[in-house]
Amino acid sequence: MSKVIKLKRGLDIRLVGEAEKTVVQMPVGSTYAVIPDSFPRITPKLLVSEGARVKAGTPLFFDKARPQILFTSPVSGTVSAIRRGEKRRILAVVIDADPVVEYEKFQAPVPAKSTPEKITEVLLQSGLWPLIIQRPYGTIANPGDKPKAIFISGFDSAPLAPDMNFVLKDEYDNLAAGIEALKKLTDGEVHLGLRNGENGVLNRLGNAAQHLFEGPHPAGNVGVQIHHVSPINKGETVWTVDIQNVALIGRLFNTGTVDMRKTIAVTGSEVTEPKYVSLIAGTSVVQPVMAAGVKHQRAGENFRIVCGNVLTGVRADADGYLDFYHNQMTIIPEGDNFELLGWIAPRFHKFSVSRSYFSWLTPRKRYDLDTNLNGGKRALVVTGLYDRYLPMNIYPIYLLKACMAGDIDKMEDLGIYEVLPEDFALCEFVDPSKTEMQTVIADGINLMIKELS
Amino acid sequence: MEKQLRKIVDKYKPAFSEGGKFGFLHSTFDAFETFLFVPNTVTRRGSHIRDANDLKRTMMIVIIALLPALLFGMYNIGYQHFAAIAEPASQAMWFRCWWYGFVRMLPMILVSYIVGLGIEFAVAQRKGEEVNEGYLVTGLLIPMIMPIDMPLWILALAVAFSVVFGKEVLGGTGMNIFNPALLARAFVFFAYTPKISGDHVWIRGVSKGGAYADGFSGATPLGYINDSVSAGASTLDFGGTTACDWFWGFVPGSIGEVSTFCILIGAAILLYTGVASWRTMLSVFAGGLLMGWIFNLVGGNAYMEMPAYYHLLLGGFAFGAVFMATDPVTSSQTNTGKIITGLIIGMLAVLIRVVNPGYPEGMMLAILFVNALAPLVDYYVVQANVRSRKKRLKTVKQ
Repeated sequence: MSKVIKLKRGLDIRLVGEAEKTVVQMPVGSTYAVIPDSFPRITPKLLVSEGARVKAGTPLFFDKARPQILFTSPVSGTVSAIRRGEKRRILAVVIDADPVVEYEKFQAPVPAKSTPEKITEVLLQSGLWPLIIQRPYGTIANPGDKPKAIFISGFDSAPLAPDMNFVLKDEYDNLAAGIEALKKLTDGEVHLGLRNGENGVLNRLGNAAQHLFEGPHPAGNVGVQIHHVSPINKGETVWTVDIQNVALIGRLFNTGTVDMRKTIAVTGSEVTEPKYVSLIAGTSVVQPVMAAGVKHQRAGENFRIVCGNVLTGVRADADGYLDFYHNQMTIIPEGDNFELLGWIAPRFHKFSVSRSYFSWLTPRKRYDLDTNLNGGKRALVVTGLYDRYLPMNIYPIYLLKACMAGDIDKMEDLGIYEVLPEDFALCEFVDPSKTEMQTVIADGINLMIKELS
Repeated sequence: MEKQLRKIVDKYKPAFSEGGKFGFLHSTFDAFETFLFVPNTVTRRGSHIRDANDLKRTMMIVIIALLPALLFGMYNIGYQHFAAIAEPASQAMWFRCWWYGFVRMLPMILVSYIVGLGIEFAVAQRKGEEVNEGYLVTGLLIPMIMPIDMPLWILALAVAFSVVFGKEVLGGTGMNIFNPALLARAFVFFAYTPKISGDHVWIRGVSKGGAYADGFSGATPLGYINDSVSAGASTLDFGGTTACDWFWGFVPGSIGEVSTFCILIGAAILLYTGVASWRTMLSVFAGGLLMGWIFNLVGGNAYMEMPAYYHLLLGGFAFGAVFMATDPVTSSQTNTGKIITGLIIGMLAVLIRVVNPGYPEGMMLAILFVNALAPLVDYYVVQANVRSRKKRLKTVKQ
């Protein structure tokens, strides 16, 4: 076992509404959707039209720039609508699901005895290739590239995050097969980051190079783990796969079908019974929300549904659909109310890393934080604060300012290849100037791609 | 009450919004509204939850930290005044002393806030931005680092100069290179030198002449030291004050700087809340001591042989270290840089005091000089990070 990588910088935000360790099995829902915008940086070209019959694994659209990358249906049924936005941009391919899922059959080889070409081909055909993400930039991996390594984070450290050892407790065979398949795609190793002290199904995955991490969030961010194991240099590529998606890939090789059933945690202070829900990805958000229940809201009070965690998740509308990358949903109160003299009041119920509040006195207390910005946007004033929440050898403010200035050379010098917006989520959370740091980094990455392609 | 107040605000808000009758005042209205209520703005992109801290609260902590020094400064105005005119002013008459100082100090604070905030509001209005809280601190700092006998019109001029040229032309709060409060002081220092130096400005009423006690000079301890060094005396004249007086603050000087004790209370508040950097604060004091010790070793005249810690108690050293050098905008941005620039400030301040007979006090110039130097120090600190990244790339390529 390798040595433990101890991270000091970071922050665990303790929120109300942790999921209880019970799994509710959801039947096949009535509607599912595949949303092109939920995949990073693709331009969809349709392969089906309204009324078409599809099975789980039937391609729905492909990426215009890389036509071999297919996006397939998670269930069987009828394409009931192709929702379009401005300029006929495709917003969603909606499928009315059959009560019993029919699967496309794929000729999946045994990973250990197969070739990289064959494995790539099966992943592309089945529509599971988009689950492989490339660093730098966080785009869908390029089929045919040879990354220097593939990284998988075996734990999620974000607020109220699901316990991956619990979620995947029955998935050992699929995980092992998934890792075996990924091993064929790199000349380097498949690295698996685990939380020190935990012992579960993930620790038994001997076919990956395991690394133990200790410390607060963002220790579970795969970018942080890459930085401490084998940082990305200019010109290098690394791939990452979400741990639950590794199991989906393994399932394809074990069964020859695209079975997108996964377990997500429904969490947050506004959830009646926070718990785990087993469902098929792409389902309407209503399904898991109804399963766990939302607390009664008083007049004038609103709540927000977030796909993912509160730091990096995506806001979901009630008619939205779950995407293929998130393992969690969080429901928190909207903070769209005024607070008299709040900026100077003691505010014992509020959480802050600053000692001008009192939350540091109660480190075990759980908070039900709302979405209020808690102040107005200002220029960046304080210094020395942000460094404490980015456990990388990077100067966050200098990298941010390079992104704001659009200075490609400086961004490169200061480490843009090693970060994704999610790594700046905590800096964004603590910032008293309320800068949208994740957006700044995302814009910086967009600029890099535009200028360097 | 909260609901009624909110109703009143909501009633007048449309008139002050863009397109309303008083739309041209919307930044001003917004400033007062957000002062009363934390706005109902919710997060749109990125992190859905945010820390409860904001710049308003951060700035308010600094103001609270300044209060002990301010209140004692007011008391000392009265105490020095009554001592000067040889009224039987015992320390027991504390309220009379304080009230005297309060009444003299209040116009200075008002002038500073009215002129400074007036400009800030006008600029924010023109740019259509929210008013920044930064001046709430600057506006209190400026009168605290002035002598009590400063004419109000000069104070107003200094404030206007510092806000316009020190801040707004550079892009406003967060973009300034020099500490705006010190810039105001430097403006007076160079443009109206007699009003901020010599022996006659530090005690209320002395500059206008009048009956004061026999043998009274009104000079600050640093002024006395400077005089005795210039005269080539073999022992230093502290004007009858002791290190104990400097620590508690019963000496003439700029209003806020006199009591090291009260400044340390402020320092404790700033460090406890984490608003100011302990790295900067500590290294400024360390730099001052270090330079003092170097002079002790070298020797030469009585000033050089003075105990090093005296420097930390005298003049504006402590005030500068706690409230000025730690300004996050103008100080170094990196932790390593904070230590380096802090040391330079402390050493330079003592160097200027001891070596340059023209300037009894060196703190202001030391901090302003290092404000200009800080980006350079940061550049090298960050460059080390860049180099390590490039080195890593090279080892991979081999």
